Amino acid sequence: MEQAAGALTHPPRAASIGIVACGVCGRVQSADTTACTRCGAPLRRRKRDSIARTSAFLVAALIFYVPANVLPVMYTKVLGPGSESTILEGIVEFWKSGSWDIATLIFVASVGVPVTKFLVIGTLLVAAHRRTAWARAQRARLYRFVEAIGYWSMLDVIVVALVSALLHFRALGTAEPRLGIVFFGLVVVLMMLAAASFDARLIWSADT
Amino acid sequence: MSETQPVGAAPPAPLVRRVRWAAGVIWLVPIVAALSALSLVIHTWRNEGPAISIAFESADGLEAGKTEVRYKEVAIGRIEQIELAEDRSHVVAHARLDRSAESFATEDSRFWVVRPRIGTSGISGIGTLLSGAYIAADAGASRRAKREFVGLEQPPAIIAGAPGRKFALRAADVGSLDVGSPVYYRRIRVGRVVSVELAKDGGHLDVDVFVDAPFDDLVTLSSRFWNASGVGLSVDARGFKLNTQSLATVLAGGIAFQPAPGSRDDAPAPAGSEFVLYDDADTAMAPPSGDPTYLRMRFDQSLRGLSIGAPLDFHGVVVGKVVSIELDYDAATGRFPLIVEAALYPARLGRAHDKIVQQTPNDNEEIRTARLLKSLAAKGLRAQPRSGSLLTGQLYIALDFFDRAAKVEFDEAARPIELATTTGSFDKLQEQLAGVVDKVDRIPFESIGRRADHALAALDETLDQVNGSVLPELTTTLASARSTLSTAGATIDGDSALLDSVGETLSEWKRTAQSVRELSDVLQRHPESLIRGVPADEPPVERKQDSKQDKRNER
Repeated sequence: MEQAAGALTHPPRAASIGIVACGVCGRVQSADTTACTRCGAPLRRRKRDSIARTSAFLVAALIFYVPANVLPVMYTKVLGPGSESTILEGIVEFWKSGSWDIATLIFVASVGVPVTKFLVIGTLLVAAHRRTAWARAQRARLYRFVEAIGYWSMLDVIVVALVSALLHFRALGTAEPRLGIVFFGLVVVLMMLAAASFDARLIWSADT
Repeated sequence: MSETQPVGAAPPAPLVRRVRWAAGVIWLVPIVAALSALSLVIHTWRNEGPAISIAFESADGLEAGKTEVRYKEVAIGRIEQIELAEDRSHVVAHARLDRSAESFATEDSRFWVVRPRIGTSGISGIGTLLSGAYIAADAGASRRAKREFVGLEQPPAIIAGAPGRKFALRAADVGSLDVGSPVYYRRIRVGRVVSVELAKDGGHLDVDVFVDAPFDDLVTLSSRFWNASGVGLSVDARGFKLNTQSLATVLAGGIAFQPAPGSRDDAPAPAGSEFVLYDDADTAMAPPSGDPTYLRMRFDQSLRGLSIGAPLDFHGVVVGKVVSIELDYDAATGRFPLIVEAALYPARLGRAHDKIVQQTPNDNEEIRTARLLKSLAAKGLRAQPRSGSLLTGQLYIALDFFDRAAKVEFDEAARPIELATTTGSFDKLQEQLAGVVDKVDRIPFESIGRRADHALAALDETLDQVNGSVLPELTTTLASARSTLSTAGATIDGDSALLDSVGETLSEWKRTAQSVRELSDVLQRHPESLIRGVPADEPPVERKQDSKQDKRNER
């Protein structure tokens, strides 16, 4: 019943009428062509191995997220004993010293955003895998949201890079990046790759 | 995948194969991620050294998670946690050492907190003002593992493996010496005091010093160490003396050493050699004293000016010193004799001592000294307080022979050895003076005076008489004497007749005497002329004529 209504109320799907759109330039052409007739990019109905790639990147990102949080991300020494701090320690330290705004910002950028992305992409993956029709419009909105916030996780990496580059006063104060930030950067990159390799069209492909 | 079915049958086959291959490759990404994370875990685990705990009196400057454990300024670990000991007497710092620093978790490792310190030996740990305190470690030689340590409160004076040698000194008193006090050789700083400890029986102090290379070779078996602390102002029987090593030692204390005078034993002393720490340079440079024997002397006179430490002198050689002066009461005589105890160093008698030792090699030093003193006492050896310096009025005890000393019993078994005494030289002089004064006192000046007074009164009377009667008479007598004299003067005046006649009479006498001489001459030469008359030869006549002529000429 639903299918009949869809067929009646909605325009036909590209697959059903044998056409495909180029993912690069957007030109619509016959589904049996393998390369775009305008830009020459390979033509695919869906992103290649979208679910597998996204899951692989997601798993890798999850694995790296552990050392990124356990290992210290930065070594700072300002008029006193040098100390290495992990992301969470830094947040706690900022919070304790009264800079709750900075603490919140860092928490959002380094914990909130990645965790949200893990959850969102995980959910999208599971849903796409099951081809469920559940909350499609919301899932599509979630996907757009994840793509939009993705790079804000890079805030941490940029903070560390800037501080290490600027704070070089030898005895008075120095800051050096530590291994944790590399993992954190990798997490961010992998999550962006995961988001990029997820094909939003899979959200809609279940009802065929 | 259901959508692909309507499209042509040819293309799907290669497409599926490519998908499978690519899908397999993409799973390498999480595998690599897992492997790298795993390797990181393994690396961290492998790098993790032993966890140790160090007890400190306070956690001043220590911060959990920040304070490092360093050896030679290289971080070898980090404090992970600091907690209060259960009995609240100290704090326990839990540190995690690096894998490479495992050798520091052994029995004789030492840990201490490096903080800024300002001491007499300089300023240290300035860097920690900015960087914060850290825990310094010093590894020992032991291989036996240990996990719980007690941290040092003061940095150790020597770090294991430092070039140099350690020596043990035995001291009666350390003065202002402390760990870190400098050791000087000819006023050059060559080492420092490593530890100062009271001996177990409390009888002396064990002072360990460390002499840095290459100066450690200067410590020979004949070296003498002395305490160069502070300013030594001494007033003794030898006068005033002011001793200082350097301004630094005045404040911080210090030890100096030098080879004994005249020693030829230049072999460097092996590490750990034991030496005696003398109180001052003079004692150190003096010939070795050996162990003292104690003498007790009893004086029946005041010993003002005799102080503890006053020398015991035997024929000009200081053989000991006074160690105590006590007042005693003798009920029988009601007097307060003084009991003086002195340490006698028989070894200071030099060769005399060596000879005595040769004679009785088996005896104990005290018995030998007692026997020696007995024989000497029989020959008149007595102790006598003498004035050493008239300037300071200090006394010393002299041992000397007094031939006229009364015989005394010498108790060989008495300990301390009791030595008979005699009164002091100064006191003898005093006694003699007192005797003289006494005699002078006994002269009856009063009666002498009274009699003299009488005599003088009588004399006065006599003189009165003389003045009253004798003198006027004397005046008249003198006047008459003067007139008599003037008469006499007129009589013997130059041109008086009396003088003329006297002159003629005298010349007549002269001539008479001449002729008598001529006669006697003739008679001498020609005694026969008395019988035969004057001989024919003329000379006498001529002479006579000549003499006559002479006389005329004279006149």
